[in-house]
Amino acid sequence: MTFIDTLAAILLIVGGAFAFTGSLGMVVLRDFYMRLHGPTKVTTLGIGCMLIASMLYFWRLDGVISIQEMLITLFLFITAPVSAHLLAKTGLHMRLKRADKTRGDPLELRQEEVGDKPVPHPDHSRS
Amino acid sequence: MIRPRRWLPTPVLSLLLLAVWLLLAHSIAPGQILLGGILAVVIPLVTYRFWDAPLRIHRPWLLLRFLIRVIGDIIVANFEVAYLIINFRRSMRPHFIEYPLMLEERFTITLLASTITLTPGTVSANLRMDGQSLLIHALDVDDPDALVAQIRQRYEQPLKEIYEC
Repeated sequence: MTFIDTLAAILLIVGGAFAFTGSLGMVVLRDFYMRLHGPTKVTTLGIGCMLIASMLYFWRLDGVISIQEMLITLFLFITAPVSAHLLAKTGLHMRLKRADKTRGDPLELRQEEVGDKPVPHPDHSRS
Repeated sequence: MIRPRRWLPTPVLSLLLLAVWLLLAHSIAPGQILLGGILAVVIPLVTYRFWDAPLRIHRPWLLLRFLIRVIGDIIVANFEVAYLIINFRRSMRPHFIEYPLMLEERFTITLLASTITLTPGTVSANLRMDGQSLLIHALDVDDPDALVAQIRQRYEQPLKEIYEC
């Protein structure tokens, strides 16, 4: 067992631990918005660790650094925030319950954002 | 919006698509280059309506520094949120914050919103229709003004300098 194998194994364990913590967040966090924090952050690092482990392992096996893992990471970093944003937006629209401790006043969407008032498409209002 | 009716409305995007295709296919066989080239022409032609005119990068070095800083922050963010989840008995102080935007271009606002989601304890929840402010949900925050100041100084200011100045 070489040094690289050991490193890859450690990264796999760390990645697994992070992915597990992210999923645990789904259970222990109290409201919808707080639960969004788990999958957007903790899971990205978890998967990142596993992909680095995979890169190291195949680098030792084939002697070539494979780029596909980098691409997976890149796609993940591009898509995770977008899906989280859409989920949060949907939550706001549906007026989901918030944990009682949640502070912050400007929570409600404005009329035009809920759909009570027609809004021009952003492209048309821009010159 | 980008002007339609040109073969390559977004040359940089086309090059990027070709490069990503070849990396995904993991080969530079002529067939793959041809296929990637066709995709690199067709995809921008189909999607050009969605794209704003590309912004010029004014300060590439600052962009590099920004990227490194964001990657560092992502790692820190992961540990912070993992810690918060594991210590769930400790009471958290979730907070909705209205963040007044200084940026104007939709592309840079998208970058900022994604950065906010990926970094410590904050998720961007809604961009107001008028594009003036961003609604942020923070997981555990004490002083919302400090958070706004931190985001402004750490992420928005560099983005503004890189793309909009």
